[in-house]
Amino acid sequence: SMESIGVLMMCPMSSYLENELQKRFNLIRFWNFQEKSVFLETHRNSIGAVVGNASTGADAELINDLPKLEIISSFSVGIDKIDLGKCKEKGIRVTNTPDVLTEDVADVAISLILTLLRRLCECDRYVRSGKWKYGDFQLTTKFSGKSVGILGLGRIGTAIAKRAEAFSCPVSYYSRRVKPDLGYKYYPTVVELAQNSDILVVACPLTDETRHIVNRNVMDALGAKGVLINIGRGPHVDEQELVNALTEGRLGGAALDVFEQEPHVPEELFGLQNVVLLPHVGSGTVETENAMADLVVANLEAHFAGESLLTPVV
Amino acid sequence: MGESSESPLVLVHRPPTLAYMDDHLSRNFRLLNAHLSPDPLPLFLSRHAASVTAFVNIGRLKIDAELLSHLPSLQLLVCTSVGTDHVDLAECKRRGIAVTNAGDAFSDDVADCAVGLLISVLRRIPAGDRYVRSGNWSKPGQFQLGIKVSSQNHKEENFLMNLVLFYESVLLLQVSGKRVGIIGLGSIGSRIAKRLEPFGCIISYNSRTQKQSIPYRYYSDVLSLAADNDVLVLCCSLTDQTRHVVNREVMESLGKEGVIINVGRGGLIDEEEMVKCLVEGVIGGAGLDVFEKEPQVPEELFGMDNVVLSPHAAVATPGALESVAEVAIANLKAFFKNQPLVSPVRLG
Repeated sequence: SMESIGVLMMCPMSSYLENELQKRFNLIRFWNFQEKSVFLETHRNSIGAVVGNASTGADAELINDLPKLEIISSFSVGIDKIDLGKCKEKGIRVTNTPDVLTEDVADVAISLILTLLRRLCECDRYVRSGKWKYGDFQLTTKFSGKSVGILGLGRIGTAIAKRAEAFSCPVSYYSRRVKPDLGYKYYPTVVELAQNSDILVVACPLTDETRHIVNRNVMDALGAKGVLINIGRGPHVDEQELVNALTEGRLGGAALDVFEQEPHVPEELFGLQNVVLLPHVGSGTVETENAMADLVVANLEAHFAGESLLTPVV
Repeated sequence: MGESSESPLVLVHRPPTLAYMDDHLSRNFRLLNAHLSPDPLPLFLSRHAASVTAFVNIGRLKIDAELLSHLPSLQLLVCTSVGTDHVDLAECKRRGIAVTNAGDAFSDDVADCAVGLLISVLRRIPAGDRYVRSGNWSKPGQFQLGIKVSSQNHKEENFLMNLVLFYESVLLLQVSGKRVGIIGLGSIGSRIAKRLEPFGCIISYNSRTQKQSIPYRYYSDVLSLAADNDVLVLCCSLTDQTRHVVNREVMESLGKEGVIINVGRGGLIDEEEMVKCLVEGVIGGAGLDVFEKEPQVPEELFGMDNVVLSPHAAVATPGALESVAEVAIANLKAFFKNQPLVSPVRLG
């Protein structure tokens, strides 16, 4: 029966998911162990599955330490924290949670654009501080009609594009492959996309090719009137360069849901008014997290019942 | 033709900070700048404005019967706001004064702001930003779970637990698929609806009259609209009929997960009751750009994470100001040429 199958959950991510896993499997919480060696001694041979998320996956070392590991089910759509090469080598299956979080992440992307351009956080601070009594707030920047460049036109990128269109924004993109059916303008390089956009949105997967894809050249191309929105992964952006570009006024602004070393956020950003900073909440609604959790559980159940996986990556 | 070759005379009044239309006006007209005079306004008008036929009121100076009595020749009042609740429209009608407003000049920006407030409230964007800037996201040791397995950073799972508790302690609401009831489906309301469609929001509305060929469901009263929706967006004009249209009963009908977005006028909501409803959890949250007694804002709101506050800034982009200047000039030119006004306000 499935109750004896050890499922290793890497970190706290959702109490709903914990409960659902506990009901069906032998749930082992990685963060409850003082010493890794103790954990391995007791559990290494009972773990058939690992459940990770955007911040904690399974590297080669962990995979090698778990001889009975059959499947890694990630509570996220991005699986850059899982050593896919090692999984393929050992025949370990990998699943993620696409589609169910697409809308929420796209909603946050649009919200970050509006919040940044219209300075909603600053406005809110302005009112709460009592400053409004002494004078009106400054002018802000219009969103409607601005050109939006999307880096990565997958599910999330497409959902962002559709929302931006309703604001009369011309949409263009950079992607590994041209997608002519969607009707948006394609640029063959990220720099050209940035040169031709008021707003650059990062929405592609993190791979070796896309690490630091938003580098100094791209930021310079975006320029002092351009803004960067990152709802992908922190390492998509050269964060040190970003801090420099912002503090030196070479980049107009940035709204970030992700950072290179979460939860560490460069403190130079805290004092800037032209940034919006979020603690990785892209998929953070009760409805979506429950849907993601259901998908994680369904994939595990399918695997151990010998059925087809619902959302396999490997 | 025997006409004077001088440009027509236009009376102007504005607060010191709103100089954006100075150039536009001086290029096209001779100006009588009431705001530059040391005289109190009624005195200035009596002395200088007896023959003035057109008046540009930049900002929201109250135009009441008393003030109009000093402008016996006035035929046109140009306002730079969309709302005209600061103008005695009935008195204008009695005196045969036509009134114009900002028309569509602000509509995109107000609609953008309304959608921005809506998503920001539901997804707690400013609260998230505050959380990160406070340093709480990376603060170790707040929620001790147990000592970490040696290969991983001790801080990491504390931040993760912080984050999980942050999510689970607040009601983070999904935007997509929410039912949104718009009160007032005019220039601004229809743009808000258009922007929300790709979010999968289900749009319905209440308006003075049902609009033909609109794909959204019409509700003839605000109470039923509130009962069937998750979000109410206020973007109608403030009149005697719409004052406090959102009252306690409507808020109770909207319910404890309901959210109110107001980009219309503060007077559309019973503000005192709204504060109570927020404090008591009768409604779930609010995004407010306008208030009953601006710039005063009820301080009970300052500590709330489910509220986003904005200092009547929905129109405040350079593009919007440029647009409203164009509309104002267009109305003035049309008036002086005896042509139809561009954005006349119905005087009832």
